[in-house]
Amino acid sequence: MTEYALILISTVLVNNFVLVKFLGLCPFMGVSKRFETALGMGLATTFVMTLSSVCTWLVEAYVLLPLGIEYLRTIAYILVIAAVVQFTETVMHRQSPVLYQVLGIFLPLITTNCAVLGVAILNTQQGHTLAESAVYGFGAAVGFSLVLILFAGIRERVTVADVPRPFQGSAVAMITAGLMSLAFMGFAGLVSR
Amino acid sequence: MSSAVLTAILAMTTLAAVLGLLLGYSAIRFRVEGDPIADQIDALLAQSQCGQCGYPGCRPYAEAVAKGEAAINKCIPGGEATARALADLLGREPEPLETEVQAPKVALIDDQACIGCTLCVQSCPVDAIVGAAKQLHGVLAAECTGCGLCLAPCPVACIRMVPVGSDLAHWRWPAPTERLAA
Amino acid sequence: MSVTNPESEHGQSRLWTFHGGLHLPDEKALSNDQPIEPLRLPPLLVIPLRQHIGAPARPGVRVGDQVRKGQVIGTADGYVSAAVHASSSGTVIAIEERRIPHPSGLPAPCVVIATDGQDAWAPLPAPLTDYPHLDPALLRERVHWAGVVGLGGGAFPTSVKLRSERHIETLIINGAECEPYITCDDRLMRERSVQVLEGARIIRTLLGAERVLIGIEDNKPAAIAALSAALADTGPDTHIRIIPVPTRYPSGGERQLIRILTGREVPTRGLPAQIGVACQNVATTAAVADAVLLGRPLITRVVTVTGRAVARPGNLAVPIGTPLSHLVAHCGGFRETPRRLLCGGPMMGFALSDLEIPITKAFNCLLALTAAEAPDPGPALACIRCGRCAEVCPVRLLPQQLYWHARAKAFDRAQGYNLFDCIECGCCAQVCPSHIPLVQYYRFAKNAIWAHEEERRKADQARARHQARQARLERLEQERQSKLRKKREILDDTTAATVPGQVADGDLDARRALIEAAKQRAAAKKAAAQSRIEPVDQG
Repeated sequence: MTEYALILISTVLVNNFVLVKFLGLCPFMGVSKRFETALGMGLATTFVMTLSSVCTWLVEAYVLLPLGIEYLRTIAYILVIAAVVQFTETVMHRQSPVLYQVLGIFLPLITTNCAVLGVAILNTQQGHTLAESAVYGFGAAVGFSLVLILFAGIRERVTVADVPRPFQGSAVAMITAGLMSLAFMGFAGLVSR
Repeated sequence: MSSAVLTAILAMTTLAAVLGLLLGYSAIRFRVEGDPIADQIDALLAQSQCGQCGYPGCRPYAEAVAKGEAAINKCIPGGEATARALADLLGREPEPLETEVQAPKVALIDDQACIGCTLCVQSCPVDAIVGAAKQLHGVLAAECTGCGLCLAPCPVACIRMVPVGSDLAHWRWPAPTERLAA
Repeated sequence: MSVTNPESEHGQSRLWTFHGGLHLPDEKALSNDQPIEPLRLPPLLVIPLRQHIGAPARPGVRVGDQVRKGQVIGTADGYVSAAVHASSSGTVIAIEERRIPHPSGLPAPCVVIATDGQDAWAPLPAPLTDYPHLDPALLRERVHWAGVVGLGGGAFPTSVKLRSERHIETLIINGAECEPYITCDDRLMRERSVQVLEGARIIRTLLGAERVLIGIEDNKPAAIAALSAALADTGPDTHIRIIPVPTRYPSGGERQLIRILTGREVPTRGLPAQIGVACQNVATTAAVADAVLLGRPLITRVVTVTGRAVARPGNLAVPIGTPLSHLVAHCGGFRETPRRLLCGGPMMGFALSDLEIPITKAFNCLLALTAAEAPDPGPALACIRCGRCAEVCPVRLLPQQLYWHARAKAFDRAQGYNLFDCIECGCCAQVCPSHIPLVQYYRFAKNAIWAHEEERRKADQARARHQARQARLERLEQERQSKLRKKREILDDTTAATVPGQVADGDLDARRALIEAAKQRAAAKKAAAQSRIEPVDQG
């Protein structure tokens, strides 16, 4: 039990995928202008990451290893992730068409989100069991969502504030992200891993 | 071909096929009917059916925006507020309107000149003009959206647009002007 | 919900506090020792038809009519509306747009009366001195006839406010008068305490309330004493209690006073009636007493003319419709040109541009401030996010967030921070170290949201009409098509029926015959019409 709690704390805070590992920066910068979109994106990514962690583990265990085709790992994982993302897109288009429209191109871009593939490959590298993989994927996504939502909240306030002209827009967003990353460094050492 | 390569190809093909089947099933199961986006866009438009956006009515413009064919800043009667609301809805950058927003107007028929031809009655997209053949026509100011479509059909040019909204009932507190210190 | 208001052994009521608020220098000494003076009749009375929240009154007189004092000159139009009366006798010389006290400076329809100096009363309805035994509806009808509106500044038609579906158990009479400079309610409580108490009793009867709490700020000891004496004189009345409250702005705000006296809070965007409380200003209460016990409509009010720019500040009993210049002249004119001329107090008042505008029912104070009293704060600086505004907000809002969002025109976000609960008291703007005109931003945002909602409503209506029109046109088209189809069918049937057995040629002949017959009928009609017209042409 503590093993899973440690995995969660590690992935959400200590080794946060966005601010410490610097994976998944594309949607982090691109979908964080409004709080509602950030929330929607976070939920979508959580669904994708958790499901694909499980599916890739299964593929690794029952297809790649028995057949000895571990060298096809990257391709196989991408295939699985792409399918999961497409499935998520289809469901979202039905359930929340506005969110689907708003997320736009960033929804299929979850496929190429290095954080998703990163989670899958890290699971394999660290030799997690199925349950551990699922928790790892879920924790990574929660960390991603947390940072995305925090960033969206800050960006919304910064947008309406008196930002000097040279800094308006992406510049102040980058500075904010850097400062957040510094802040998350404070969690280092919380979990020895 | 060695059996290793064959195994690899077979495994990937099978994997792809299985995933493809699942996706196909989900596409049918979660099919989306109609165009809910267009409905939501239409709900934000001013509904004057004036055609100033370049589309024959508000619904066609809404559908064009939903498809991504039209810019979001074309609705003139809706003004800045509508362009901003559309930007918020669709998660795009708000764009300023291309033309100047004019003061809201309603149509007024000169009762001395009207000949009762009913051409304007038929042209109004919201049935805001009442009148019968050879009877005086009148504009219901409360329903008139100011689209101006009745001006052209009138053979005696007895309709003109008068500004509304400059009286006490329509007065609004203005936005404070910022005289920021240097 | 039962009301608990535990008393200590000394008979003191428990008081609660509200969050925030400010201690302001009350400047009441300028005018609070001046008894209410009657004002000489002005030559012209300009009486706006809308001096209340709701629909304007419909004019009940015509230009040239002779009117008497207290005569109805405008009838209430609809449920939320109030009547308007002539403040003195004279002739109606115009019903036209005139400038009125309003921040926009725009004109509104007014009845202009040239006074004849007689001040003759119109016949008034009978006093209802037996009100405890009368139907409350009758009393409400009298208050409605008298055109009584909230005289504390809200100007909401009182008869509507006194009609509540919910049971009211506590009636609060607002004698707080928390805004600096204003002393009209103070003097009213001192000089017309009996009327105030009678009005409270009448309203209590109307509402069926269990108890009446009269809240007065403790910077008005004379008013508290006067009302207490009047209460003692007019017989033991355990239902009415006079309660001094600590002086703090804005304790006279309806919701704040309710909180202080009962400890309960009115729900967001709700009404006091929802928690069983009703609140009336002391002047409104006195006006209700006049309406019920004397049969007099609301045609005068007490106005404080103050500020150091005025030569002799004082409190005047002013006929509604009197131009401001008349009041200023009565008070000795201006000692110096005022830097700011306000309708109302320094916190919630608005600037006036000229002195020919009339006194209306809601006009409680004419404030002429010198440059020393109202220094120019200079241009607004940037918000430094100090948070002082949130510390003083009596409604516990976040003025800083409201400011940022109103400024960025992100109105849905502003509404999310409960913009519509803002009472525009001005505490936040008063303490802002950057002198940002915060309340102006909130007013702008509120108006923009209302305008937007109105536009949406109109757009929805237009859409519905457009769709109905499309449906109608489609239906007409379908009817036309089906008619055409039926006609064709009949035509086919007829040809088939009249010439049985014969096919091609017969059909053609039969059709030709029908067409010929139709042509002949048309020609006959035309000939008949011609023969009717010709005699007229020749005549």
